[in-house]
Amino acid sequence: MLSTLSTILVDAISMGTIFLFGCVGEILTEKAGNLNLGIPGIMCIGALGGSFGVMIYSNGAADPTQMSGFWLVVVSVLFSMLFAGAAGLIYAFLTVTLKANQNVTGLALTTFGVGFMKFFAKRIDMTNFVVASKYFKNLFPFSGKLGWFGEIFLSHGVLVYLAIAVAIFASILLNRTRTGLHLRAVGENPATADAAGINISKYKYIFITLGSAIAGIGGLYYVMDKTNGTTLAEASIDSFGWLAVALVIATMWKPIFAILGSIVFGGLSILAMDLTTLSFSQLKIFDMFPYIITVVVLILTSIFGKKENQPPASLGL
Amino acid sequence: MKTEKVKNDPLFHVSKNDNLPRWKAMLIRAGAVLVALVICGIMSVILIKENPFKIYGTMITGAFIDIWTLLKDIAVLLMFGLAVIPAFKMKFWNMGANGQVLIGCLCAIACMKFLAGKVPNVVLIILMVVTSIAASVIWAVIPAIFKAFFGTNETLFTLMMNYIAIGIVAYFSFSWSDGSGTIGLVNYIGSKNYMAGWFPNIGNKYVMIILIALLVDAFMFVYMKYTKHGFETALVGESVNTAKYVGINVKKVIIRTLILSGVICGIMGAMFAGSLEHTVNTSICGSKGFTAILVAWLANFDPLMMLFTTFFVVFLQTGAENVSTVFQLKSTDYSNIVVGIIFFCIIGCEFFIRYKIMPSQRLKDILSGKKTRSAEKKEEA
Amino acid sequence: MSKEIALELKNITKSFGRVVANRNVNLTVYKNEILSLLGENGSGKTTLMNMISGIYFPDEGEIFVDGKPAVISSPKDAFGYGIGMIHQHFKLVDTFTAAQNIILGIKNEKYNIKLVNSRVREIAEKYGFDIDPKKKIHEMSVSEKQTVEIIKVLYRGANILILDEPTAVLTPQEIEKLFAILRKMRDDGKSIIIITHKLNEVMEISDRVSILRKGEYIGTVNTCETTEKQLTEMMVGKQIELKIDRVKVESTKPLLEIRDLVIRSDDGSKAIKNVSFYIRGGEILGVAGITGCGQKELCEAIAGLRKVESGFIMHKGESIVGMPPKLIIEKGISMSFIPEDRLGMGLAPSFSITDNMMLKTYGEGKTPFVNRQAAREKAQALIEKLEIATPSTETPVRRLSGGNVQKVLVGREIDANPNVIVTAYPVRGLDINSAYAIYDILNEQKSKGVGILFVGEDLDVMLALCDKILVLCHGEVMGIVHAAKVTKDQLGLMMTGAVNLTELQKEKNFGIAKDSNLTETEWLNAANEQNGGAENEN
Repeated sequence: MLSTLSTILVDAISMGTIFLFGCVGEILTEKAGNLNLGIPGIMCIGALGGSFGVMIYSNGAADPTQMSGFWLVVVSVLFSMLFAGAAGLIYAFLTVTLKANQNVTGLALTTFGVGFMKFFAKRIDMTNFVVASKYFKNLFPFSGKLGWFGEIFLSHGVLVYLAIAVAIFASILLNRTRTGLHLRAVGENPATADAAGINISKYKYIFITLGSAIAGIGGLYYVMDKTNGTTLAEASIDSFGWLAVALVIATMWKPIFAILGSIVFGGLSILAMDLTTLSFSQLKIFDMFPYIITVVVLILTSIFGKKENQPPASLGL
Repeated sequence: MKTEKVKNDPLFHVSKNDNLPRWKAMLIRAGAVLVALVICGIMSVILIKENPFKIYGTMITGAFIDIWTLLKDIAVLLMFGLAVIPAFKMKFWNMGANGQVLIGCLCAIACMKFLAGKVPNVVLIILMVVTSIAASVIWAVIPAIFKAFFGTNETLFTLMMNYIAIGIVAYFSFSWSDGSGTIGLVNYIGSKNYMAGWFPNIGNKYVMIILIALLVDAFMFVYMKYTKHGFETALVGESVNTAKYVGINVKKVIIRTLILSGVICGIMGAMFAGSLEHTVNTSICGSKGFTAILVAWLANFDPLMMLFTTFFVVFLQTGAENVSTVFQLKSTDYSNIVVGIIFFCIIGCEFFIRYKIMPSQRLKDILSGKKTRSAEKKEEA
Repeated sequence: MSKEIALELKNITKSFGRVVANRNVNLTVYKNEILSLLGENGSGKTTLMNMISGIYFPDEGEIFVDGKPAVISSPKDAFGYGIGMIHQHFKLVDTFTAAQNIILGIKNEKYNIKLVNSRVREIAEKYGFDIDPKKKIHEMSVSEKQTVEIIKVLYRGANILILDEPTAVLTPQEIEKLFAILRKMRDDGKSIIIITHKLNEVMEISDRVSILRKGEYIGTVNTCETTEKQLTEMMVGKQIELKIDRVKVESTKPLLEIRDLVIRSDDGSKAIKNVSFYIRGGEILGVAGITGCGQKELCEAIAGLRKVESGFIMHKGESIVGMPPKLIIEKGISMSFIPEDRLGMGLAPSFSITDNMMLKTYGEGKTPFVNRQAAREKAQALIEKLEIATPSTETPVRRLSGGNVQKVLVGREIDANPNVIVTAYPVRGLDINSAYAIYDILNEQKSKGVGILFVGEDLDVMLALCDKILVLCHGEVMGIVHAAKVTKDQLGLMMTGAVNLTELQKEKNFGIAKDSNLTETEWLNAANEQNGGAENEN
C-alpha cells in the first residue's frame, strides 16, 4: 500500500513539474496584467530550444557518455529559456508596445509555437538524447537507499528541484521584495503605479519575457526527464500548457500553492494510469478533473473570494 | 524660462486615430501581409532552398486544388467565427467555441447511436439537431450566467469549458467504440443502421454546410446591424453604463447573446455529426475555435468582413499545407508557422491603423542634432 | 513675528490650448501656516496646485522653494523639494496594505515592510492619525484611505502639503479629527495648503486665505481679519447681467415631488441627506452646489439608476422609487448628465448620431428590427434645427466637438417629449452661442409645461434662467429661493454652507408643496409602507 502510494506521489510530482514551470511563468506574466494564452506555444518553443541545446552540447562532446552533466543541463536550460523568452518578447512587443489584443496575440503565438516546434523537431538530431537524459534524471543517486523518504523526495531529476526553487523564488519575489510590490501594482492598478513613478512598460516587458522563459523550461523537462529524451515531435506539450494556465487560476495566482497544485494536477493526470482496474474510457474522465477543479475555484473565488484571490484587476486589458 | 516636461520625454506621441480612411487602413494591412510574406519567403528559402516565388505559386495552386474542400473549410471556420462575434461585440471573450461545438456534436451522435432504427430518419435528424443545439446552449450559457451575476472572468471560464468538453467527449467516444479499434464511430459500416441519422446530401457532402454557413452569415449580419437585440448587444459592449441608463437589462443581454452563440455552435455540432464526420472525437474541432477568434478580430466582428478573413486564413493554411506536401516537408506544421507569422504582422499593423504616431519634439531635436532639453536642463542645474 | 517663506509662486501662467487656466498668479506660503485656497469650480485652483506638485509645468512664471528657484517637472521632483499633494481621487492599490501603498514607488531604501510599518506608526502617533499599517485598502473607509494618502506624503518627507478638497468625503467628526491633525502638522513646522469650498471650514482651519477667480489671483487675506461675506464677494465677483429670458409660464401642479430622500454614493457615504423639493410643470428649478455635493447621485436616483436608501420620489402622485429605468423613461422623465469627460453617460461614443438618436426609442414598434430610417430623419432634423456641425448623420458621436455632442444629447432628450427634464451641466464647455441655443431649448420646453430640473455651474446663468434655485451643500438642502429675489452672494454663502435657510425658516415646511398630488394621509401611508418594508427586511 505504502509503495503504491509513494509511486503515485513520485509520478505525480514528476508529471506536475511540467505544469509547475508553465504555471509559475504564467503567474509572473499575469501579475503584470497580461493574460498570455501563448504559454502552450511558448512551452513548445522552450522544448525545442532546450532540445537544440542538448543536441549542440552532446554532439559537440567527444564522448557523449563522458560529457559534463552540469554543463549539459545549464546549456540546455539556457537555450530553452532563450527560445521561450524570445517568443515571450514577441508577445510583449505586440501587446505592450503595439497595444494589441492580448487574447488574440496569445492564441496566434500558440498556433505559431506548436507549428514551430513540430516542424523543427524533425530537424533535431536526437541520437544522444537518451544518453543525455540520464544527466537530467535522479539528481541524488543515493536516494534509493533511503526508503520511501528517498523515493518521494530525493529520487527526482534536477529540473524538478529547479521548478520548486523557481516557484519559491517567484513567491519571495512577489511577496517580499520591492520589485514584486511594484509588479503587483502594475497588474492591479496601472494608473496608480504610473503615478508612483513606476515604469509600467519596463515591468511588463521584463516579466512577460521572464515568465515565458520559465515556462519554456517545462517543455525541456518533458522531453529530457519525463520521457527520457525519446519524445519531441510527437509530444503534445501544448495540452500541458493549457493545464498550466488552468493551474494558475486554481492556485489563485500564488506560486507556493502552485507547488502543491501541480502535484494534485500531476496526480490526476497519472492516477488513471496507476489504477489498472479502470477501463480506457474511464481514464479519460480523469483528464478533465483538473479543469473542473479550476472552474470551481474560479466560480467560488468570484462569488465568495477575498479580493486577494481574484485575478489581477487589470488582467487582459 | 520656457520649458515643458522634460524628463523621459518619449520619442513618439501616440494618440487614438478615428479618422483613418478605409483605403488607407486596407493599404496598411496589405503592407503587413506583404512583410509577412517576405519573412515567410526568406524562411522558406532557407528551409526548403527553393525559389520563393515557386513556393508562393505552390501555395496558390495548392489552395485551389480541391475547391469543395476549400469551401467547406471556409464554411466551417466561418460558423465558428459567427458563433463568437456577437459575444465579442459585447466584449464578452468567448474562448469556448470548440467546447460548445464538441458537446453539441456529442449529443447528436448519442441520438444516432441510441435511436438509430428505432425512430424514422426524419425524426432522428430533427432530434439530433435539437439536442445538439440544446447541449451547446447549455455549455455556452453557464459561463454567461456566472459572468452576469457574479462577474466571473469569462475568458478563463470559457477556456476551461473547452477542456471539460474534451474530457466528456473522450470518455464517450472511447466507451462507445466497443474496443473494436474504430474509435468514436457510431454505427459501423456495414451494420444495418449505419447510415441512420446521416443528413441528406445536396449535390455533394459539402454543399449543405456551405449553404448553412452563408445563411447564418446573412442572418448574423442582419441581426447585428438591424435588429433590436443586435443594437442592445452592441450597446452593452460599447458602454455598460449607457446601456443601464437607457434601461437595458445588461444581465439579460449577456445571457441571451451567449444563447445565440450556443445555437450556432449547436448547428455546427449537428453538422459534424450528421453530415461531415458522422462521428465524434476530441480532435474534430482542431483549433478552429481559436482560429475563429483571430478571424473574427481581424474582421472587426463584422460578418461580411469575416467572409474575406476566413477565406484568407483558410487559403493560407491550405496553401501552406500544399507547400509541405509538394516540397516533402512531411508535415502540416509548416502551415502553422506561416499562418502564425502572418498573424503577428497583421496584429501588429492594427496599431498603426488604430493609433496616430507623431514624432515628439525630443525626437525632432535629436534628429536635427540639437541639444535635447533634458541636456539643457542638466547644464542649468 | 517674522515668518519664513516656504513656497512662493510668481506670475504663474498656464493655458491648455486656447483656455487660460491660470493667469499671472502669485502665492506665498509661510512655514507654520495653513493657507486656504478658495475659488469656484473652474477657477484654476487644482491646475495651480498640480503645477506645484509636478503634474503640469507652468508656461510662464517662477516657483521658489525656501527662497531658491525650483524646477518641478514631475511628482518626483516635487517630492525632492518636500512638496506632496493629496489628490481628491485617491491613487491607491486596493489589494495592498496601507504600508505597501505608502512605500510604492520609493526606490532608494531597503525593502523591509516591518520597518515601514513601525515608521508609519511613528508618523501616525506623532500627528494623531488612527491607522493600522497592515490593513488592506479595500477594507478601509474613505477617511482611512485619506489618512494613507496623507501619510504617504509625510513618509516621503514632505514639508509642504497640498490637500485638494479633503473634507468633501468626510463626516463632521472625521473633519474635526483631520483639522486637529492639520494643526499639529502646522505646529510642527509644516506648511499646508488646503483647497476647499466651505467657508466655515476656511474660517475654522486656516491662518490666511487666498482667492482665485476665473484663473486669476484676486488676493490674500488674514482669516482673523475677514468675514464669510467678504470672502464670498471675492470668490464670486460682481453679478453679471445676462440676456437670458426668464419666460413667464403659468406653472401647474407639482410633477415631481421628492421628500426625505436619502441616497448613498458609491463609497457608501450619504450623498443626499433628507432632501425634499418639488418641480411644477412650466418651471425651471435650478440646483446650485459645489461639485460633489450630491447632484450626480440625485440625478441618477431620479432616473432609476441609483438605489434610493429611503424617502420618496413621486411622479404625478405615483412613486417611481425602485422602478426600472426603462419604465421611468416611459413615464416621460428624461435625464441627461454631462460628466466632465462629456461622453460618460447618455451617449455611445462610437455609435453614429442616428444610432444615438434611437438609444432610448430603439425598442418601439412590434417588429424585431430597429427603425433606423426614422432615427435618421430625426437626426437630420436635429442637425438642421440645432446647427450641429457634422459630416453626416452616420458620423460617430466621438468625432464631434464637445458642443455638438451636447446638442445631440439634449436634442434627443427633448425629442422624446418628456414631461420632466433633469439636465446636469448641459452647457458644460460650450461656447456662448451653443449655450444660448440650449437655454432657448429649455425655455421652449418650459413654455410647453415641462418641469425642468437644471443642475448648473454658472450662478449668473442660473439666476437669469431659473425660476427657483435649490442650494445643496454636502447633500443637504441649504434653501430653496426665488431666483428673482436672491443675489449671487447669498447663493455663494449657501453653497459653502455659511448660511442655511432651512434652519431659519423651519416652520415653513421646506420643499413640500401645498397642492401636493397626494393627500397627507396618502403620504403617511406611503411612509408607513416604506417603514414596514424596512422592518421586514431586517
